[in-house]
Amino acid sequence: MGKMKGAVIIDTERCKGCNLCVVACPSNVLALSTNEVNHKGYAFCRDTNPDACIGCASCAIVCPDACITVYRKKAD
Amino acid sequence: MTREEIIRPENLVYKKPELLNNNSMHYCPGCSHGVVHKLIAEVIAEMGMTEKTIGISPVGCAVFAYNYIDIDWQEAAHGRAPALASACKRLWPDRLVFTYQGDGDLACIGTAESLHALNRGDNITIIFVNNAIYGMTGGQMAPTTLMGMKTATCPQGREAAIHGFPLKFTELAAQLEGTCYVTRQSVHSVAAIRKAKKAIRKAFENSLQAKGSNLIEIVGTCSSGWKLPPVQANKWMEEHMFDYYHVGDLKDNG
Repeated sequence: MGKMKGAVIIDTERCKGCNLCVVACPSNVLALSTNEVNHKGYAFCRDTNPDACIGCASCAIVCPDACITVYRKKAD
Repeated sequence: MTREEIIRPENLVYKKPELLNNNSMHYCPGCSHGVVHKLIAEVIAEMGMTEKTIGISPVGCAVFAYNYIDIDWQEAAHGRAPALASACKRLWPDRLVFTYQGDGDLACIGTAESLHALNRGDNITIIFVNNAIYGMTGGQMAPTTLMGMKTATCPQGREAAIHGFPLKFTELAAQLEGTCYVTRQSVHSVAAIRKAKKAIRKAFENSLQAKGSNLIEIVGTCSSGWKLPPVQANKWMEEHMFDYYHVGDLKDNG
């Protein structure tokens, strides 16, 4: 099986910065923002290391607020 | 491969369930309720029951469940959700009827309604989210609070001589003739979430096939009530809650 490449889109305004996705990610793609907050005042989740994403969707599955959309494609 | 090449509709793996609307949930960051809402929304859509499902929302943190999942809902008086669910199911036998209740609603004020609805074998599903505390009112002791656990109303920790013992409601329900499927699940990890989703699907199918009543307890966290950050709350749950509330099927006649 070829290597999978993934990408995530995060609804940062819906995010509450609970950090569960950051811990669930096996590839250390995600981190909470350190210098910005959303309109609710939460430090939101970001894909700070997007090249490492394998599209496993662990982050999206554990997200209680359904903020994350995940895409995956087989690398050529 | 560029990001634009990956982000295409044909490569979609996971998105917000369609039945979950855009209202921002009022739950605290990291609350287990959000995950359970997602699972219910996914299962109803996958079963094609969107137009034929009636949810009964409780009093407690999940009181606004009707604001988040786009199906028909009824709001019940505190603890009375299973009684209302019985009525809905008897009036509309072709509907998928479920209640969504916390431990304060189901295992305290609603113990009688819940046990009797399960014992009658009404073809409903009860989803029981047990976080061992009263979340909405500020972290008071619940019947399910663990021994020694500190809450706003037992600041020295729960003591058997004063407060009695934590109620294992799901074990009680498993003894009843009317129940078909009784299980305890959790939503703290990807694997646990997948299992919980399968359990919800099974219970919903059982109730549609008129096999009896179904109870799914989901052991969850209350990071605000427990005064722990969400990640640590999950860890605390694994270390303490699962010792008392064993995860797994208790009864499966499905």
